[in-house]
Amino acid sequence: MILEIIEQIAILLFVPPLFIGIINKMKAWAAGRKGAPLFQFYFDLWKLLKKGEVYSRTATWIFTAGPIISLASIFCAGFILPLALSSSPLGFKGDIILFAYLLAFGHFFILLSALDTGSSFEGMGASRGAAFSAFSEPAFFLSLAILCIHAKSVTFKDVFHALPWATWGFAHPVYLVAALALFAVLLAENSRIPVDDPNTHLELTMIHEVMVLDHGGPDLAFILYGSSLKFFLQAVLLVHLLLPLPSTNWYFGIFYLFIGVFGVGILVALVESAVARIRLSRVPQFLIGASILAVLGLILSFYKGAP
Amino acid sequence: MLYAILGSLMILCATPLAALFAGHRERMILGIGTFGNLFACVLGVSASLFALVSGEQIFLKIPWSLPIGKIAIGLDPLSSFFLVCIFLVSGLSALYGKGYFIHYQGKKWLLSPVFFFSFLVASMVGVVIARNGILFLAAWEIMSLSSFFLVTFENERKEVVKAGVLYLMASQAGVVFLFVLFTLLSRVSGSFDFNTFQMSSLKMPGLANTCFLLALVGFGTKAGFWPVHIWLPEAHPAAPSPVSAVMSGVMIKMGIYGLLRTLLFFGTPPSWWGGLIIGIGIVSGVLGVLHALTEHDLKRLLAYHSVENIGIIALGIGLGLLGQSLANPMIIFLGYSGALLHVLNHGLFKGLLFHGAGSVQHSTGTRNLDALGGLYRFMPMTGTSFLIGSAAICGLPPFNGFISEYLIYRGAFQGSFYFPTLWGLFALAIVPALALIGGLAVTCFVKAFGIIFLGNPRTEKTTHAHESNIFMVIPMIIGAVLCFVIGVFPIEMIYLTAPAADFFGGSFTAAEPAVNSLLMITYAAAVLFILIGLFYLLRRGLLRNRKVEKSETWSCGYPAYNPRMQYTAASFAEPVLAPFAPLIYSRIKHQKTPLGYFPEKAHYEKHLGDIASEKWLLPGIRRVVKILSQFRIIQQGRLQLYLLYIAATFAALLIWVLIKGGY
Repeated sequence: MILEIIEQIAILLFVPPLFIGIINKMKAWAAGRKGAPLFQFYFDLWKLLKKGEVYSRTATWIFTAGPIISLASIFCAGFILPLALSSSPLGFKGDIILFAYLLAFGHFFILLSALDTGSSFEGMGASRGAAFSAFSEPAFFLSLAILCIHAKSVTFKDVFHALPWATWGFAHPVYLVAALALFAVLLAENSRIPVDDPNTHLELTMIHEVMVLDHGGPDLAFILYGSSLKFFLQAVLLVHLLLPLPSTNWYFGIFYLFIGVFGVGILVALVESAVARIRLSRVPQFLIGASILAVLGLILSFYKGAP
Repeated sequence: MLYAILGSLMILCATPLAALFAGHRERMILGIGTFGNLFACVLGVSASLFALVSGEQIFLKIPWSLPIGKIAIGLDPLSSFFLVCIFLVSGLSALYGKGYFIHYQGKKWLLSPVFFFSFLVASMVGVVIARNGILFLAAWEIMSLSSFFLVTFENERKEVVKAGVLYLMASQAGVVFLFVLFTLLSRVSGSFDFNTFQMSSLKMPGLANTCFLLALVGFGTKAGFWPVHIWLPEAHPAAPSPVSAVMSGVMIKMGIYGLLRTLLFFGTPPSWWGGLIIGIGIVSGVLGVLHALTEHDLKRLLAYHSVENIGIIALGIGLGLLGQSLANPMIIFLGYSGALLHVLNHGLFKGLLFHGAGSVQHSTGTRNLDALGGLYRFMPMTGTSFLIGSAAICGLPPFNGFISEYLIYRGAFQGSFYFPTLWGLFALAIVPALALIGGLAVTCFVKAFGIIFLGNPRTEKTTHAHESNIFMVIPMIIGAVLCFVIGVFPIEMIYLTAPAADFFGGSFTAAEPAVNSLLMITYAAAVLFILIGLFYLLRRGLLRNRKVEKSETWSCGYPAYNPRMQYTAASFAEPVLAPFAPLIYSRIKHQKTPLGYFPEKAHYEKHLGDIASEKWLLPGIRRVVKILSQFRIIQQGRLQLYLLYIAATFAALLIWVLIKGGY
C-alpha cells in the first residue's frame, strides 16, 4: 500500500513535464525543426523555482493561493486516477465524480487569481477560460457516462476493467466515440490547438496563458506544473480507454502507461501540427460538437442494450 | 419534542407583542425582536434535530371552535428536517437583522420588520407541522402575507412596491391551485385531515394525476420552478437582505415541502411524474443559471441562482419519484437524500450569500457589479465568507454543495444502469445537466466574486467601503463554517436525511455502498488540505531570503491605466452567453454606430431579459386582462343597473323553478 502510494506520487511528480516535452519535440519534428530538448520543461520549472516574486499592489492572498490550491486539487485528483496499476490510492466507488469536481475546484481558483490583479487581459482570459470549461464539462461527463453505463459503475477501477481488450473496437464502437469526445475535451481543457495555442505571443488571442500573465517565479512554476499534470491525467484517462490492459504488475503497467501516454502525445502533436486554430466564437461549437458525439455514443449504447 | 417546537412557536408569536410595548424606542424593539427570534430558533433547532435523530412521529388533535374540524398537527422525519432548515437559517438571519436594520434607525419604524419576521418564521413552522388542509392553507397565507410586508419594507421606493405587488399576485395565483387541490382531496376523503387524504386517494388514478399537476403549479409557484419563477428576481432584490436570505433560503423551500407532502398522499406514483419533474428541474437549473449570468444586480443574480438550485432539488425529487415507481429503494434513497440535503445546503449558502450581498450594499450603497470592485481589502470577513459560499453554491468540493450534487449524480448513474430504457434516459439526462449547471455556476460566481471583491474599485464610492458590524459578520462566518463542515464530514449529514428519505420508501441499507463512499470524500479532503499545506510550505521555503516585491499590475506598457479598463460583469459573461442567445430574450434598445473618417460618439445598448416573463407570461397576462376587461360593460357602477341584475336573476330563478316544477 505504502509502495503503491510512493509509486503514484513519483509518477505524478516526474512524468507530466516529460509528456509536454514529447509533444513539443514531436511538433518541432513535424515542422522540420530540431526543437527544444526533451527535458526543457524541467529546466523551465527549475529556473522558475529559483526566482523571487513580484506581486501587484492590487492583489490579495487569493492571487498567491490560486496556484497552490489549484495544484493541490489537481494533485489530489491524481491520487484518484489509476495510473500504472488498475487501482489507485484514493479510489472509491463513485470516484469519477470527485475527480471531475476536484479539477473544477482547481480551475475555480486559477480563474479567481486571474481576476485578482484587476488587469483587463487577465479578466479576458478568465472569462474565456470559464466559458470554455463550462462547455467542456457536459462533454466530459457524457463521454464518461458511456463507459460508466457499460461497466454499470461510476468508479475508474471498474470502468477500466470492464473494457474487453482486443474486441472493443468492433463489438463496441461506442468506445471509439467516447474516446473521440474525450480527446476533444482534452484539447480544449488543456489549451491546445484548435482551441488555444500554447505558443501564441499576443495576449488578445490567448486563453490560458493570459490568465497567468502576472504570475511569476515559484507561483508560475506551480501553475505550469499543475497544468501539465492535469493534461497528463486526462491523457492517462484516454490511454486507459484506448488501451484497456488492466495489469497488476507494476513494471508492465508503467511500461504500458509510458507507451500509451507517448501515443497520446504524438496524437496531440499531430493535431497541433495539422490543424489551424479555430475562431474563438467557434470554440463552443467545437465543444458542443463533442457533447453531441458523446450523446450519439450513449444512444448507441442504449440501443445495443448495455452488455 | 413537538411541545418544544410549539414552545418556540409561542415565543415567536410573543416576541412581536413584547416589542409592541417598546413603543418607538427602536433600539429596544430591535433588541427584543432579535433576542426573542434567536432564542426561539435556537430552541427550535435543538428540538427539531433531536426529533429528527430520534425519529419521532407524533400526531396531535386539538378541538377547534371553527366548523371545519379540529387542529391537527404532527411531527415526522420530513417535517423535522424542514424545521431544522427553517430554524437554522432564520436564526442566522435574525442575528444578521440586528446589525442590518440598526442602520434604518430613525428613518423607519423598526417594529414592522421585527413583527413580520417573527410571523414569517412562525407561519413556516405552522406550514410544516400542519396536518389539516385548512390549517395548512391558513399558515401558508400568513406566510405569504408576512413576507409581502417584509418585501415592501422600503415602501417609499417605487420599484419595491411594484415588486411586492408582483410577489403578492404570484403567491395568490399559486394558492388558488392549492385551494382547488385541498378541496378536491377533501371532497373525496370527506375531511380536511391529511391522514384521510392518504387513505382515500389511492383508488382513483385520474384524481391522483390531477392533484399532482395542481400541486406542481401551486407549490411550484412558491418554490420558483421555471416558468412560474418570475416573482423571485423581483421580490428578492426588493426585500431587505436578512429577509431575502430567509425567503430564498427557506421560504421557497416550503413549496418543495408542500410538493413532497402531497406526494406522500399518493403511494406509488406513475413514472411520468418523475420524468416531468426531472424535465422541470433541468429547465429551471439551466435557465436559472443562464439568467443569473446576464444579471449585474447582485441580488437579482442570487435570486436567479435560487431558481437554479430549486432545479437541482427538483432533479433529486424526480429521481426519487422514478425510483418509487420502478421500485428501486437505493435510487429513492439517493434521490430524496440528495434533494433534502440540497434544501439544507442551499439554505445555508444562499443565506450566507444574501447576507454578503446585504453587507456589500450597506457598505457601498450599490448592488451593481460594474460599480464595485476591490472590496476584499476593505471587507475581508465578508469577502472570505462570500468566497466560501460561492465555492459551495457551485458544488465544488470540499464544500457542502458538492455532497448533495454527488448523491444526485450517484442516483442518476444508478438509474441509467438499472431503469428501463426510456426512464434510464431520463435519469441519464440529469448527468450532463448537472455538469452544465455546475460549469455555468462556476462562471457566474467567478464573475460575481471576482468583479465585486477582486481587482480595483470601479467607482469612487466603492473606495470608502468598510467591514460590516459584528452582528452582520458573525452569521456569515457561522454559515461559512457550516458549509465547510458539511462538505468535509458529509456522512454525518446522511443520518439527518436518512429518516426522511426512508419515509418515501428509500432504503438506507440498499444505498449503503454509495453512502459509505462519502467517507472517502472526507479522506480526499484531508489529502487536499495536506497537499495545500505542503505546497504552501514549499513556496514559503523557496521564497525565504529572496526578493518579493510589490509593483503595479502589468498593463502591456500602457501608462495611463485606470480601473474602468478592467473587465466588467457584462464582458465577462459574454463568451458563455453567446451560444445560448436563443434562450435569452435580448434586444438592442439603442444603437448608433460611429460614422465618418473621424468617428466621435457611438452608442450601443443591449438588454437581456427573461423569456418566461417578458415574452410569454406578461404578454399572456396582458391579453387575458384585455379579454376580461370587456366584461366591464356589465359593471357600470350605476345602482339601477345592479338592481336590474338582481331582478333579472330573481325572475330567471323563478322561471327555472316553475319549469322544473318541483313545487
